[in-house]
Amino acid sequence: MSKCRRNLTLAALLAAPLLATPAMAETYNLGRPALPAEMKAWTVEVFPDGKNLPEGSGSVSDGESLFADKCAACHGDFAEGVDNWPKLAGGADTLARKDPVKTVGSYFPYLSTVWDYAHRSMPFGDAQTLTVDETYAIVAYILYSNDLVEDDFVLSKENFLDVKMPNADGFIVDDRPTTEYPLFSKAACMTDCKKDVHITMKATVLNVTPDQEGGEDSAAADTPADAPADTVVATAASEGASAEAMAQDAPAAAEETAAAAPAATQETLDADPALVAAGEKVFKKCKACHQVGDGAKNKVGPVLNGLIGRQAGTVDGFKYSKSMKQHGEDGLVWNEETVQAYLADPKGYIPKNKMSFAGLKKADDVKAVLAYIESQGG
Amino acid sequence: MDEKERHATPATGTGFSRRGFLRAGAAAGAMAAGAGAARADQQPDPLITEVQSWAQGWGDGVDATPYGLPIEFESDVIRRNVGWLTADVISSINFTPIHALDGTITPTGCAFERHHSGAIELKKEDYRLMINGLVDKPLVFTYEDLERFPRENRTYFLECAANSGMEWAGAQLNGAQFTQGMIHNMQYSGIPLRTLLEEAGITNLGDKIKDKWVYAEGADASSNGRSIPLEKALDDCLVAIKANGEALRKEHGYPVRLVVPGWEGNMWVKWLRRLEVTDEAVQSREETSKYTDTLANGISRKWTWVMDAKSVVTSPSPQMPIKHGKGPLVITGIAWSGRGAITKVDVSIDGGANWQEARLAEPGVDKAMSRFYLDIDWDGSEMFLQSRATDATGYVQPTKDALRAIRGENSVYHNNGIQTWWVKENGESENVEVSS
Repeated sequence: MSKCRRNLTLAALLAAPLLATPAMAETYNLGRPALPAEMKAWTVEVFPDGKNLPEGSGSVSDGESLFADKCAACHGDFAEGVDNWPKLAGGADTLARKDPVKTVGSYFPYLSTVWDYAHRSMPFGDAQTLTVDETYAIVAYILYSNDLVEDDFVLSKENFLDVKMPNADGFIVDDRPTTEYPLFSKAACMTDCKKDVHITMKATVLNVTPDQEGGEDSAAADTPADAPADTVVATAASEGASAEAMAQDAPAAAEETAAAAPAATQETLDADPALVAAGEKVFKKCKACHQVGDGAKNKVGPVLNGLIGRQAGTVDGFKYSKSMKQHGEDGLVWNEETVQAYLADPKGYIPKNKMSFAGLKKADDVKAVLAYIESQGG
Repeated sequence: MDEKERHATPATGTGFSRRGFLRAGAAAGAMAAGAGAARADQQPDPLITEVQSWAQGWGDGVDATPYGLPIEFESDVIRRNVGWLTADVISSINFTPIHALDGTITPTGCAFERHHSGAIELKKEDYRLMINGLVDKPLVFTYEDLERFPRENRTYFLECAANSGMEWAGAQLNGAQFTQGMIHNMQYSGIPLRTLLEEAGITNLGDKIKDKWVYAEGADASSNGRSIPLEKALDDCLVAIKANGEALRKEHGYPVRLVVPGWEGNMWVKWLRRLEVTDEAVQSREETSKYTDTLANGISRKWTWVMDAKSVVTSPSPQMPIKHGKGPLVITGIAWSGRGAITKVDVSIDGGANWQEARLAEPGVDKAMSRFYLDIDWDGSEMFLQSRATDATGYVQPTKDALRAIRGENSVYHNNGIQTWWVKENGESENVEVSS
């Protein structure tokens, strides 16, 4: 059976060049047909011409509250970006200057990309939870934040392609084959290639190389304020920019964040070093947004010093959601049990709270991370 | 003046005889004796004259380590990340310790990682690969289905487009791990993507293959969707199920990842779940707002997929100081090109004034990493160490200045410029740039 097929294929191969005859390619009858419902579920990418964009709409004003609830923790209330998280607004006319600010308004050539990514991959840690209308509304709000639409604007499938993206014409297809390859394909010089060799720049001037004594975590030391968000590339390192690149968050004084916390109660979890170590690993999922320990301060999420025994929504200087504050006022106090319940289903336990985190499903992980937090002064 | 002249003077000429090398080496060895090395006029070395514990008792039994890690003495040879680069560690990158490795295959456990939404755990049983779009019959494969297609073994480097990105505007990070470490080189076992696309059927496309695309996306929350020209997909891409002989590691896309030889790492979609043949590029986030290269005039290049020829001296380097003093010194490094095999690597010890051809450990392999060595008799004076790769197309790795002259300083991605290590008389090195 398969032998016959192989012979057929061979004959076809002999008859014509390979590329021209995909029709004759050998097949193996593996896999099964993809069902329409399956293809519909996964084929969600949106093309620049609006292909695959679902019916729906959303207003700037709806988008504003959705954005505050679901996006602002990282991207800022006005899409200006918090810490190193991506800035979504601003940056107009900065592309040709040093350290361009690349946002939806200043850089994205297609609006479809924004809709597609928000719908497919956001909110960070809780992807694929936005409804179609919510996505339209959030995208409308991002456009408004970039001064591209008025505050009464409603984005829909119908008017989607009418939105003009400022940098739509800002791209060219890779031109290295003409601009670079001829230049860099000449015979290389081997001797007396230059007269003068002197140092023009040193890395040690910046001193931003991670300490390498310990493992991977020792690298996460200083945080220059202006490193571009969500790229793996730092601010330009020339002398002019170095101060900016080096700028650190003001050393956070270990304020009396723990003052409200009752002294470690009964038998504390942090007594078990193995549990603390396991918790430190789990905490990697938290530390994008939360700090704990000496010098911790509020970031995207509140400091966790003094967490155990604290009334929910009461860290000084942190802007909580209304619902988190309300839960605290209604008597929610953080302990192993309540943290466990909260992290099992953050949005279910406290609807409309700000934390965009899917949670920790395993009870052991919660126990471990609490042990770590306690060991750090939580 | 004297200083500059000295910089420009090679510490050794290109005509270096083996006999001279050996003689010089012997002399240097006598002068720069390392700790523990016995000399004729010293006490005998107790490591030799006394029975050591490891020569007396037992080591570990064969059941001690069902799957091994490197010995504890090598615990500093690990991936490292740079905390200030990204907002968090979930959407971030770490770096291969290339400074401490040799050969060409990157040990999987220290091969760098880049995730956009964290490294997910996806079981083989839960794995599905869909092929749809402009195919004759859209299909779904399980992992077991994939194992039944004829597969191939091929070795390729994977370099992140942003490798050396922090170095665009000047020397910034002090160590080859951080400056060039977003790279690894593995042997993949996988099914040619052509085989899978032909299984779904592309006869309907006729001769229109040139205009079509394959949109590849992952199963993780980021999806990391990328549009790949169908021609490339049919040429040399693989759907890999193994790397370096074993299952892919979680962080490298277990159980299935796409291999896009010679092209930027972001396109090597991990946890590959869908391949859609399309009429046009999707223009996803990762191919518009990211992985595009902004030129000095504010215009950006897109679809800059190919990784051009590049090399770096991995030792000596800032993390690999010379500890033995003058005498025989092995200068080594790695080179690669997304456009073909490496054919030649030159090394300069005087900042690019004079070059010597280094020895390739093995003949270059198409789109795979090469290892080079230059064995010199170091006279103990400072060096400005550089390496310069040439690939099968005749392309010669340019200086950073030459790249910046064309692209400006905001390009971020695709920095394949020549790296300079300033090796000082005490053997320590520093990342610098020198005049061109």
